[in-house]
Amino acid sequence: MSDATTTPRPGTRTGTDTAPAPRTTAGAIPEPEPGTLAAAELALADDALVLSQRLGQWAGHAPVLEEEVALANIALDLLGQARTLYSGLGDEDALAFLREERAFRNCQLVEQPNGDFAATIVRQLFFSTYQELLYGQLTTHPLATKAVREVAYHRDHAEHWTLRLGDGTTESHDRTQRAVDGLWRHTGELFQPLPELDVDWSALRADWDTRVADVLTRATLRVPEGAQGHGWKAGGGRQGLHTESFGRLLAEMQHLHRSHPGATW
Amino acid sequence: MTTVLPGTPSDTPAGAGPGTGADAGPDAAPRAPMDAEAAARAYGPAFDAAVAADERIEPRDWMPDAYRATLVRQIAQHAHSEIIGMQPEANWITRAPSLRRKAILMAKVQDEAGHGLYLYSAAETLGASRDDLLDKLHSGRQRYSSIFNYPTLTWADVGAIGWLVDGAAITNQVPLCRCSYGPYARAMVRVCKEESFHQRQGYELLLELSRGTEAQHAMAQDAVDRWWWPSLMMFGPPDDESAHSAQSMEWKIKRHSNDELRQRFVDICVPQAEALGLTLPDPDLKWNEEQGRWDFGAIDWDEFKAVLKGDGPCNEQRLTQRRTAHEEGAWVREAAAAHAARKQARTATEREGAMAR
Repeated sequence: MSDATTTPRPGTRTGTDTAPAPRTTAGAIPEPEPGTLAAAELALADDALVLSQRLGQWAGHAPVLEEEVALANIALDLLGQARTLYSGLGDEDALAFLREERAFRNCQLVEQPNGDFAATIVRQLFFSTYQELLYGQLTTHPLATKAVREVAYHRDHAEHWTLRLGDGTTESHDRTQRAVDGLWRHTGELFQPLPELDVDWSALRADWDTRVADVLTRATLRVPEGAQGHGWKAGGGRQGLHTESFGRLLAEMQHLHRSHPGATW
Repeated sequence: MTTVLPGTPSDTPAGAGPGTGADAGPDAAPRAPMDAEAAARAYGPAFDAAVAADERIEPRDWMPDAYRATLVRQIAQHAHSEIIGMQPEANWITRAPSLRRKAILMAKVQDEAGHGLYLYSAAETLGASRDDLLDKLHSGRQRYSSIFNYPTLTWADVGAIGWLVDGAAITNQVPLCRCSYGPYARAMVRVCKEESFHQRQGYELLLELSRGTEAQHAMAQDAVDRWWWPSLMMFGPPDDESAHSAQSMEWKIKRHSNDELRQRFVDICVPQAEALGLTLPDPDLKWNEEQGRWDFGAIDWDEFKAVLKGDGPCNEQRLTQRRTAHEEGAWVREAAAAHAARKQARTATEREGAMAR
């Protein structure tokens, strides 16, 4: 290959002076005004991206091959939703990779670590039920028509697994009940109204309660008392307050992009 | 694919003869049990003729036990390679440097799981079971492609795997689309379509890096330096040392020799590397005008054998992750089975109740 070594590489960028100006600081990413439609869309995009990132961690670790396919499929749908929303708001990569933890507006539920398969499935059940009802109401939003079909599948998948695990063996039942109890306190936050979205939030909440209770009951699982459980109620993701593991999720997701400021991939 | 033939290889000489499987109903099977030798005498010539005429052997057709065993071994190894091969790439899903690349990589790893699924299904048409094949993988009794025992150290490795590893796989697999065993050949048509898509994406990823910043270019070159030789080893040992080649060629499971395919791959890659602006790490690579091909340097077969034996950088890690995923998933599979059994019992009770009324 001696000739290839002497051929100048096409399109080579040599010195730093020809490289595009780096997009480095998080401050450079404009934050939507609170209470605007853009702010609401950013929250929905962050939900989708963060859950997709969590589901992506399952690749190569799923309990059966069919679930490798299913979980990746759901992660891909969510990533697609995030990209559509981000693109309407600005540069999708700048929004995903250059914002700091406090600028993310996702709910805390989606950032919760995968845990075992039961915890992942319960998180899916809670979130996909919410997303299906939400997108079902957002009929005029450009994303909703496509997304509502996708999330209906996600909910169906989560529902079937909740039934199998809840009404499976003693071990699977106990694991799933623990997941329900553990994640329950992160569900109240889902119903904090996102202003400018044309959504009847109290109806959404009532529907969610009914549907989730129905699935849990059919799965022989106990519905925790109260929408957000007892003790300390979680929430704050929509205001940029996250749980500890979220920082590491972002660090892993963002490090390569940030290590090469201004590079294209 | 036709119906899964029940039973083990040795008790399945009940087909209607080669080339008729797809349309031969259950009635076509001879009523009286026949011993293996009698079956070979009765159906062997038709099998040989079908192979010679480039017809497809289908699951219900009679086939020699050794043909069946060879196919199960090869298809299982291929399926195992797909699912173990998810690991080195999944290693980068959470760190992909752009959302577009993240989506491409996720879809690729998902495709590999899908390939694993339909390859295990193809093996099942020969009487094997997925659980049994997985056990053999987990206990080290069946192999997967040694290439996946190398680590993905940088993002550029994702591109190098797409370009070189998928490229080598396609070179190996395109002839398998004409393999004599129908279900395998048909699975390969689909696999190859998706693999060539992956290969283009890997090439494009490397091109972007090669044309990017100095650091990105260096990352791409380093990845190609590390993946080039292991990719050439993917074609297996040289022809004179290949244990299974001759018989497989005769059965038209295999169509070209290891060395032929390896040469074909090198000839494809050299101009592509040049277009990428990257070099291949072989000082002996030079154009042979007379033969119309690229001559290349000696392959380190000691390394190949060492990795095959288990001494590669990631053998232990890959197999451990696979076993762990399987063991940690046991309670999930048990729950699914228990739920299905309970549901079935409930349905049966309801049906009985309805009939009693």
